[in-house]
Amino acid sequence: MEKNRSPAVRARGLGVERGGHRVIDGLDVDVPAGRVVGLLGPSGSGKTTLLRAVVGVQDHVSGELTVLGEPAGSTVLRRRVGYVTQAASVYTDLTVAQNLRYFARLAGLPPSATGAGVARAVATVDLGGHEHQTVGTLSGGERSRVSLAAALVGDPELLVLDEPTVGLDPVLRRDLWTTFRALAAEGRTLLVSSHVMDEATQCDRLLLLRDGDLVADTTPDELLVTTGAPDAERAFLALIDRTTQESR
Amino acid sequence: MMLTTTGRVLAQLRGDHRTVALILALPCLLLGLIAWMFEGTPVLDQFGPLLVGIFPLVVMFLVTSVATLRERQSGTLERLMTTPVRKGDLVGGYALAFGVLALLQAFVVVGFAVLIGMDVAGPLWLVILVALLNAVLGSCLGLAASALARTEFQAVQTMPAVIFPQLIVCGLLMPRDQMPQVLEWISRAFPLTYAVDAMQQLAAGGGWSDVAGAIGVTVAFIAAAIALGVVTLRRRTP
Repeated sequence: MEKNRSPAVRARGLGVERGGHRVIDGLDVDVPAGRVVGLLGPSGSGKTTLLRAVVGVQDHVSGELTVLGEPAGSTVLRRRVGYVTQAASVYTDLTVAQNLRYFARLAGLPPSATGAGVARAVATVDLGGHEHQTVGTLSGGERSRVSLAAALVGDPELLVLDEPTVGLDPVLRRDLWTTFRALAAEGRTLLVSSHVMDEATQCDRLLLLRDGDLVADTTPDELLVTTGAPDAERAFLALIDRTTQESR
Repeated sequence: MMLTTTGRVLAQLRGDHRTVALILALPCLLLGLIAWMFEGTPVLDQFGPLLVGIFPLVVMFLVTSVATLRERQSGTLERLMTTPVRKGDLVGGYALAFGVLALLQAFVVVGFAVLIGMDVAGPLWLVILVALLNAVLGSCLGLAASALARTEFQAVQTMPAVIFPQLIVCGLLMPRDQMPQVLEWISRAFPLTYAVDAMQQLAAGGGWSDVAGAIGVTVAFIAAAIALGVVTLRRRTP
């Protein structure tokens, strides 16, 4: 079924320049639709830059980058793509409900549908009972879930999540990944960056990035088989070492 | 869309009692100090209206530039730029929210000034109007200036950079017709000059026809500052 769906994100010869040097140089990649796709790689490998390019806030982008069939950053995509930045980007001096209502209205939800949309997003991230709490008084994990809910409230087809599980405890991480799986089961595409390699096993597809280059475009099982490593972390290290040797 | 952002900014302000109290009380306190210092002289009647015009400009400039910078640094602005919100709606929403606060401030400050004995020869509602326009101008200039600031230090420094030159040549320190010719020309390029001019006219008993021109110029500066705020807001950043 996924064979006849065009990719949610398609990059050809993508280049991004940041602060005078090319962070990404000639990247070709497809993100299949309706899947949880992990974007993995060490710090500084260009994950955030790629995600920012996909959501259309990155300057100095060259090459071809198509998102849901439209050029990345085009106006029509702003209703169809949800973006969660690495730090929880919500208003800490407002309550959970105030934040979500604001982002729901911005996403174009009519006032009559805002209440239901907010309730659905709160339920999805399991923040029931915290609606009227000021975000600044929530724990770090709760805050990042508010940030996720703020992206969900607009009912986006593509969710772009930058390190959504960073700094969270294992229980919260497991719960979030369960949420991601459920969102993909609804037909959404999730592009999730992480540098925690054991989260790779939760993805349908893995993109391994290093120094702005695609090191591997694979599945969790394939990654383990081709590297012969016992877990995702060691598999990734094996791949990195292999490509480092090849480039020498 | 615009009102959505206005509502959100006002909700944030409502939660921040201390800032609202400072915005309302501080100009009153300063005005009270001046009234006390010059008790028994006509200074409050002459300079009171000028100060009523200048305080809101300075206070609202600072509040807005810091609020916008906070939005940039917290990542919320980046998120907003990925939503369907139009840049004009965002800047306009901010300007309107701070305009509401400015209106409140204008009423409180002018009311307080009258209470402590400021006797304006011209109509009081025009004093309030000019004070309001000045506060809105301050917040619009703050919005535009915050685009240039990358850090909190820079944001705070844009206040003396943008406001002080205007204060020096606006006619508060020296009547403009006694200034060196070049400084007088420069003063005409600054918005504060027109507000101070209007307040001086009102203090001297002028009416609508005397200040309509100055008010028109102030409104034009507000529109220009909003346009500058929209233009300097970038959806894509490096």
